[in-house]
Amino acid sequence: MIALLKRDLALALRSGGGFGLSLAFFLIVVMFVPFGIGPDSATLAKIAPGILWIGALLACLLSLDRIFQLDYEDGSLELLATSPLPLEAIVAMKALAHWMTTGLPLALAAPVLGFLLSLPSGAYMWIFLSLLIGTPALSFLGTFGAAITVGLKRGGLLLSLLVLPLYIPTLIFGAQSVTLVTQGTSNSTAFLILAALSLFSLALIPFAAAYALKVNLR
Amino acid sequence: MKFRVNNLSCRRGDLRVLSGVSFTLAAGQALILRGPNGVGKTTLLRTLAGLAPPDSGQIDAPEDDIIYAAHSDGIKAQLSVTENLRFWADIFGTSDIAPALDLFNLRPLADRAAHHLSAGQKRRLGLSRLLVCNRRVWLLDEPTVSLDVQSVRTFADMVEDHLAKGGIAILATHVDLGLKSAQTLDIAPFKAKPEDTGNPFLDEAFA
Repeated sequence: MIALLKRDLALALRSGGGFGLSLAFFLIVVMFVPFGIGPDSATLAKIAPGILWIGALLACLLSLDRIFQLDYEDGSLELLATSPLPLEAIVAMKALAHWMTTGLPLALAAPVLGFLLSLPSGAYMWIFLSLLIGTPALSFLGTFGAAITVGLKRGGLLLSLLVLPLYIPTLIFGAQSVTLVTQGTSNSTAFLILAALSLFSLALIPFAAAYALKVNLR
Repeated sequence: MKFRVNNLSCRRGDLRVLSGVSFTLAAGQALILRGPNGVGKTTLLRTLAGLAPPDSGQIDAPEDDIIYAAHSDGIKAQLSVTENLRFWADIFGTSDIAPALDLFNLRPLADRAAHHLSAGQKRRLGLSRLLVCNRRVWLLDEPTVSLDVQSVRTFADMVEDHLAKGGIAILATHVDLGLKSAQTLDIAPFKAKPEDTGNPFLDEAFA
């Protein structure tokens, strides 16, 4: 299992991997917002948590179709499926690798980009924490979508349509857990629900996605 | 160890491709599947490998001892030859990749990115995975495609050696490998009859 994780991380970091893609996209989206909205820092501060969360979500979406598609095309997914590793473990490791190369860098970059959007000072820790806790849900839900659409030519559009509705609760509670802090109220309910969403997808998605893969590999 | 298949029917998607396939292999025996293109050799191998569920019939095989080698070798272009082999060794819980590198003369290529290999070299890398993974039942789909004459002979020796150690091999191939103890199964006669769909228009279409 660790071998698969190590391989996926190595592939993401080498040339042609998807590591820089999401991060660059996130950077571009967030950097363009002040140009579009105008430099009024009160307005920017108000929308900053939402923009950062939407940017992270879209950046995450961008790299989802790579999770299984490349392995499917070069045949290694079939060979992995007939290997001693259970499919559930394969799914979990691939989702984890996706999170480590997408969600984690996004969470680390978000406070820096928050500065561009004049995020209120108390919210820097929370934008990092909410993305750190919330992006696993994005990676795992996305892995489920990728497992359903694997094998479809240009399944990217279908994948986005499938996954976006599933992302909405995470987006609402993720952005809310930061916005509430900027308004000076307690965010513990929103933050706990966000954590629950992540744990829920971590626990259930591997089984659902493994089943979808099994059907798609027939 | 035995590999027994009884009255097996296979499907490819919604279409039943083969029906009534039966054979038995004991340790040390090989089976060569023959038949024209599209008759269902790959479908049969995928069903035996457990990727597709059988439509009907029984497969009595040591499931945890099977390795399947498909048309594509599952090689990652960005990884080197050694890294590719090492990965499969880790997945299958073995460690020694040296004999595999030596047999197919991959040592000079060991540090080269798989991306720079020729088609034949990729295939040699794909086949050497079989040695690394140490499983007793080999299911091989067109293993000799794009190999040169010398490598085909090396491969035949490798299968012979595997059988001598009590392994089982089932191969779909059009090349004569000269395996001594191999049985040949022509699967064309097992081609499934078009199913009665209950729809006169469709029935006519398949007639």
